[in-house]
Amino acid sequence: MQTPTLFALLLLLILVAYGTGFSRAIAAARSGGGVRSLASLPSYYGVHTALWCGLPALIILACWLIFDDAIIRALVMGGIADKPESIAGQNLLYAQIQNLTAGNLVGNATPQLQDAAAHLANLRESGRWMQTALILILSIGLGAYAFLRISPEMRAREKVEKVLRIILLACACAAIFTTVGILLSVLFESLRFFQSVPVTEFLFGLHWSPQMALRADQVGSSGAFGAVPLFTGTLLVSAIAMFVAVPVGLMSAIYLAEYAGKKVRSVAKPLLEILAGVPTVVYGFFAALTVAPFIRDLAQSMGLQASSESALAAGLVMGVMIIPFVSSLSDDVINAVPQSLRDGALGLGSTKSETVRKVVIPAALPGIVGGVLLAVSRAIGETMIVVMAAGLAANLTANPLESVTTVTVQIVTLLVGDQEFDSPKTLAAFALGLMLFISTLILNFIALHVVKKYREQYD
Amino acid sequence: MTSMTLNAGAAVPAQDKPNSATDLSNKPATESTSVKTQEDIAETVGSPFCDEAKLRMRNVNVFYGESQAIHDVSLDIGRNQVVAMIGPSGCGKSTFLRCLNRMNDTIEGCRVEGDLTLDGEAIYGPKVDVVPLRARVGMVFQKPNPFPKSIYDNVAYGPKIHGIASRRAELDEIVENSLRRAGLWNEVKDRLDKPGTGLSGGQQQRLCIARAIAVSPEVILMDEPCSALDPIATARIEELIHELRENYTIAIVTHSMQQAARVSQRTAYFHLGKLVEVNDTETVFTNPEHDLTEAYITGRFG
Amino acid sequence: MTDLTQSNLTQEQVRERIESRLASRHRKEKIFRGFGIASIAFGILAVVVLFTDIISKGSSAFVQTDIELNVTYDPAVLGIDSVDDESLAWANFDAVIRNALRERFPEVSGRRDKRELYSLVSNGAGFELRERLQQNPALLGKSETLWFNADDDVDTYVKSLSKSEEGFLGRTSEQKAEWIKSLLATGELEKRFNTTFFTNGDSREPEQAGIRAALMGSLFTLLVTLALSFPIGVAAAIYLEEFAPKNRWTDLIEVNINNLAAVPSIVFGLLGLAIFINFFELPRSAPLVGGLVLTLMTLPTIIISSRAALKSVPPSIREAAMGMGASRMQVVLHHVLPLAMPGMLTGAIIGMAQALGETAPLLMIGMVAFIVDVPHGITDPSTVLPVQIFLWADSPERAFVERTSAAIMVLLAVLITMNTCAVWLRKKLERRW
Repeated sequence: MQTPTLFALLLLLILVAYGTGFSRAIAAARSGGGVRSLASLPSYYGVHTALWCGLPALIILACWLIFDDAIIRALVMGGIADKPESIAGQNLLYAQIQNLTAGNLVGNATPQLQDAAAHLANLRESGRWMQTALILILSIGLGAYAFLRISPEMRAREKVEKVLRIILLACACAAIFTTVGILLSVLFESLRFFQSVPVTEFLFGLHWSPQMALRADQVGSSGAFGAVPLFTGTLLVSAIAMFVAVPVGLMSAIYLAEYAGKKVRSVAKPLLEILAGVPTVVYGFFAALTVAPFIRDLAQSMGLQASSESALAAGLVMGVMIIPFVSSLSDDVINAVPQSLRDGALGLGSTKSETVRKVVIPAALPGIVGGVLLAVSRAIGETMIVVMAAGLAANLTANPLESVTTVTVQIVTLLVGDQEFDSPKTLAAFALGLMLFISTLILNFIALHVVKKYREQYD
Repeated sequence: MTSMTLNAGAAVPAQDKPNSATDLSNKPATESTSVKTQEDIAETVGSPFCDEAKLRMRNVNVFYGESQAIHDVSLDIGRNQVVAMIGPSGCGKSTFLRCLNRMNDTIEGCRVEGDLTLDGEAIYGPKVDVVPLRARVGMVFQKPNPFPKSIYDNVAYGPKIHGIASRRAELDEIVENSLRRAGLWNEVKDRLDKPGTGLSGGQQQRLCIARAIAVSPEVILMDEPCSALDPIATARIEELIHELRENYTIAIVTHSMQQAARVSQRTAYFHLGKLVEVNDTETVFTNPEHDLTEAYITGRFG
Repeated sequence: MTDLTQSNLTQEQVRERIESRLASRHRKEKIFRGFGIASIAFGILAVVVLFTDIISKGSSAFVQTDIELNVTYDPAVLGIDSVDDESLAWANFDAVIRNALRERFPEVSGRRDKRELYSLVSNGAGFELRERLQQNPALLGKSETLWFNADDDVDTYVKSLSKSEEGFLGRTSEQKAEWIKSLLATGELEKRFNTTFFTNGDSREPEQAGIRAALMGSLFTLLVTLALSFPIGVAAAIYLEEFAPKNRWTDLIEVNINNLAAVPSIVFGLLGLAIFINFFELPRSAPLVGGLVLTLMTLPTIIISSRAALKSVPPSIREAAMGMGASRMQVVLHHVLPLAMPGMLTGAIIGMAQALGETAPLLMIGMVAFIVDVPHGITDPSTVLPVQIFLWADSPERAFVERTSAAIMVLLAVLITMNTCAVWLRKKLERRW
């Protein structure tokens, strides 16, 4: 039976289980003196039966789907006598077998391959049978067990709620699984990368040119993986972005919170928030096609050399993107400063700006710093704008008019397109990803901690 | 505008304030808790005016948007006098106090009408700059609100922004003097660089008073300065008010009648945005002229 | 006057010093205020420039230059004698178009000029004819007058004519420009609403390129994302807000959620590539994987906003239901959840809008492939609208610039609609306690 059909059948079984459980509970109640004699409402007996019927079967089915390919592959490959040593060769061989089984391999296949293909087809067929049988037996058997246990004394509600709670907990743990997943995926590949390229070379090397030659005799066959130009490029672009976003975002937050009347606020705030909703790819397009040529022409008219893909263009546009982020975080923080402090300053005869500069901002400083750190982590991790506007040349420069490349740009360039998964070039992307993840993680952690402490201060 | 100066103790004749009578009789009686009807507070009884007035308020009306918070209040505050303002909560005494240094400007939709003068100069004149005005009329708030800075910087804040001290030594002197006057010097002289928020509630409030007097104000407004403090700290502040009276004119809003009796020379009783009675503190508490005042001080409501 | 001296300063001196600094303090106040206004103005200016730039570049893509030709389905030219699938596949429809063009401009001779002439019409015109003939075999041997998409260079030239007298020639030769002008004069060339843009998938030819495939890809991806992230997010929020004991584990979950909300999206792409594609061997370029990755990415947003929604339900409701003897789970499912639902839906819409605009992680999992066919399911290879924009923005053809901008306009329109819905929903269903 095909998996979707099996799944549909399982759903049907679950419904049936609910119905029979419900009616058996009613029947039990009737003989025992009405629904009030039951420990729980009849529907809970139904759900209880349905859970027994469906949940274990669904979990087993999911596991089956995840692991059956790997198991079948192991069985098939195990049956082949002289298989290639390399993983790539094995992959190729298995793909050939798969194609042969599907019947779309053109050309002659060796008898050995044909045997393997037949083996594969066999395994798949019997696997499907086993799957169907196992799932159905499990589902019906456990459903029947739960059905037979229904009695007025059974506390169905408590059991059902216990299961629900576990499901809720599992969902809440999704965040932890995600973090672990990210860590595992970048960590392992990075470790493999560091086996071929030393960590010190990666962290302190000044030359980045990941192009590995396809043939050993090609010119420049060994790539260079010194990531310093990427780090400086990232920092340069982020610094430009923060140079735009922090003053503008902070001042607009101050103006909206302290000066603007209701009307101005109700118009300006949503307008600024539009900037936050624009997808980054749109900013990238804007940076590459409008801002970058504009800056190049402007620089040339002033007699400066400017690349058509400049760090300045990417940084400026990224800054604009981050303005609403800084602004809304600062707005929250500034509004958390108690009015009594403002009153105190104004009551002494401060002007409004003195109140803001000397009392409100110092009081809100931890929160603002936290917000800025979050903004920095965003700038570092921003991808599309730099991919489209900052360029690929790994220049080690502080000149904003030159083209630089960033960590995220390199991750994208290294991984887009068909790649050999084991080459250092691809693995380098994961090492860069690890750097990115760790640095943003540290920034976020500090920022969230600072902001939390700040909030507790005025709560 | 009526700008008469009446002898202390004389009642204000109703015809001198024609606005108030007509105004009030036209108003529907909105109030629910009171013992008396609106007409009973048609005019202020007692002696709202005095000879040597530092602050002079005539026919003050305050509105928050559409609703009126202060109805036609006239009152003088004499030089170096402590005037207490009492009344049930929501009676407008704090609102009235905040008019005196234009702190109401910071509240959106608040409108003040009437004549208010400080040493004969209009407080709400079109060309009046609130910055020097607030330096002359300082304020201490209900909740102690020291800035999240060091004790020294808290006191030095006013002199610094106003540029009062020309040298560091002068600033040090101002800080020390202010803290001495606020009776805080001995407690904090060894930890001037510690944050002001680390002090106890009573100390914080005295720090706020020191902060206010550091800019040499002429008038100090106190808005229930002891409401957040324990009895011992309260006693300390009251003592301080006694000492400050020699040099400053003080207007204090309080919900504690005992406190008003202890610290003030004159007491004004507010009720539902109207000034009911003003008299010497002793008179108010021993022999109130108005029934409402009596009802309040004997604890029948409030 | 009482002497209110601070040390040796008289009150008059103090007043004087205050007065003397007033002017400069008020000037500073004005400057500070000016900075505030300038910042707001800068932000709003950025919005205006961004939108006018994109609209001015993209609005022309909604019209497309079409060319009117009289074509004859001549079996001899087509090289077929009956209409069946096999012969249609071999038939030379391009020759039919070429004949039609030669008929219109009989004076053109020479190989070079002829090739020039043929390039007036889009390469896709032949497919259009094939489809027509397939649907209506009776047309064989007959002729009819049809509108075809003009080539993108023609389109660019015609559109530029409306801006300046001589127009932008680019790769268009003078001779071709003459033909175009004569066709325009007779009304055989005109700008019409660009339906191709909405009905086609991607193409190397700008005039044949459309956003349908990308839109469907986005739709499938979002469906997967919504189906996974909303239930999981709401369940997680319920657990954390209503059941979680205060312990280390709960703290760890919270720290994780807050951190994940600020992890760069590209890192989620790496996760998708390493785990979903390489480990679980799910298909590359599929909306299924895209949806999974975006689920992980939007989950923190949805959890955080759902928790806020649950928090806003006053405890009195819980206490009331609890007092009636309801279990904790019943209280949540029957009373708290329905009340918090509007807030959760708002959060979900905002999360979906975020997912719809996301590009970087999808590049990692191969949704960046050149895909012409409209996907029909969550495992078909497909791309999404933002990635389509990214791909087109990289294309050298000038005609792709306006299509990129037009695709951006469509994307922004969808996003603005979603956000407006969220705001409307919040306003409409907001309950004040």
